Amino acid sequence: MSVATQRPAAAETEAGLVVRLRGAGRAFGPTQVLREIDLDVAPGEFVALLGRSGCGKTTLLRLLAGLDDGATGDLQTGRAPAVVFQDPRLLPWRSAVANVALGLRDGEGGDGSPRQRAAAALAEVGLAGREEAWPRQLSGGQRQRVALARALVREPDLLLLDEPFSALDALTRVSAQALVRRLWELHRPAVVMVTHDVEEALLLADRLILIEDGRIAHDERFELPRPRRRDHPELVARRSDLLRRLGVDDAE
Amino acid sequence: MLLVARSAAARQPPPSDPADEMSATIVAATHPTAAPRRTRGPRATTVVRWLSPLAILLLWQVASWTGVLPERTLASPIQLAQTAQELIESGQLQEALGVSLRRALVGLLIGTVAGVTLGTIVGLSKIGDAIVDPPMQMIRTLPLFGLVPLFILWFGIGETPKVLLIALGVVIPLYLNIVAALRSIDPELVEVARSLRLTRWERARHLIVPGALPGALVGFRQSLGIAWLALIVAEQVNAGAGLGFMVNNARDVLRTDIIVVGLLCYAALGLLTDSIVRALEKRALRWRDEELAR
Repeated sequence: MSVATQRPAAAETEAGLVVRLRGAGRAFGPTQVLREIDLDVAPGEFVALLGRSGCGKTTLLRLLAGLDDGATGDLQTGRAPAVVFQDPRLLPWRSAVANVALGLRDGEGGDGSPRQRAAAALAEVGLAGREEAWPRQLSGGQRQRVALARALVREPDLLLLDEPFSALDALTRVSAQALVRRLWELHRPAVVMVTHDVEEALLLADRLILIEDGRIAHDERFELPRPRRRDHPELVARRSDLLRRLGVDDAE
Repeated sequence: MLLVARSAAARQPPPSDPADEMSATIVAATHPTAAPRRTRGPRATTVVRWLSPLAILLLWQVASWTGVLPERTLASPIQLAQTAQELIESGQLQEALGVSLRRALVGLLIGTVAGVTLGTIVGLSKIGDAIVDPPMQMIRTLPLFGLVPLFILWFGIGETPKVLLIALGVVIPLYLNIVAALRSIDPELVEVARSLRLTRWERARHLIVPGALPGALVGFRQSLGIAWLALIVAEQVNAGAGLGFMVNNARDVLRTDIIVVGLLCYAALGLLTDSIVRALEKRALRWRDEELAR
């Protein structure tokens, strides 16, 4: 198996894709976690990766984020993928605005100083006025919004979300999902979101990919105008279908 | 030779009502010992906390007056205050303090630079760890003060062995704490730095230094404690100037008052430097301690 080649931006524009994987794989020792993954993601597309735990979906996301050096196959990913992890992962010793501004440089993408851009991004996620707060002083939902601002301020062409709402309580999760949808509509990055929540995938994504045993088992589109209602008949029907594919009986 | 002329008044029983004057002077001298204790309770508790130290001082003074505590065993508190004043007026105390302080600071500086450098190499690099850590662990097991005879043979009896003894005492706790602090930096945050494509410099500035700082400061406070201890030992062995010299000379002429004044100076220096580091700590760790006001 060939060693992965992660090519820079210019190479991939020919196909106009943000992600282009051909025969991508990943093994940890003797365990093959991902195998023969072919995946194309177009600019602005919102993809949900679904699967049972341990199926390899998070491994795939890390591979797309460029956080995995051990992958094999042909990988081309976005110019500047940005990641939001399951937990906010803020630097506790930096204020909210400094966390967002991390690694931003003057005169690189967007107007204004890194700090101004970071403050604007915080305002966008509803945290205006909390710029100087330490992460410890923010609630779990607020911290995750800072993490979202930190990803979006980089104006990524590919936004990678690794179960970003799973650590939030049910009510906070609903508003965080709505926030992600609004921000996606506004900035239009391609999004790849890992989730184990079928309903969440159906609320947000327009393409649903099921991973099973390290392979893409199913790949379907889901067109429904946004904002979507949880009780929309189309959504309910799809949910039952997807749950069955995941091996769960909806009726139980 | 160090001799302080004692005024006749000092030997005689103090005048009519010395209690106020005495407590005022002695309280000033011992204040640093009590101050760092954080009393969170109401003011009444703070007042009560002063009672037992004052009672001990009073008892001590009474014992000296009545002859229960002979001066050659331990001088009285009032005697101590007068001796301190005389030493200051003659300039001897300042000079001795200056010499000792310089020794401690030079040793501390050398030890800190070495401890931070070695700790950083070992904490951040696997090869550095493999090369530097074994000898450091060997040095760590050596009893610091057991090295004094060797140091005298190697470096003579000048400033060098004293400063090096302090430096060596400082290196070890700082080194150990910095290595541990660097190794305990959250790998998830390291991954964030990677996903944000931080440069090496940005990573050091935003992640590694602030992440290792709390541990490094703990190590530095331990190092300070050892620095003063090493200073005292080094000065006892051989010194032609400094606090240790002053104390040793006082021993030769049975001046317990000068010995105790010297000890109080060591204590005050230790407390002073410790409170400086604590102030730094408070400033550097605001993110951890600031209130959860929203």
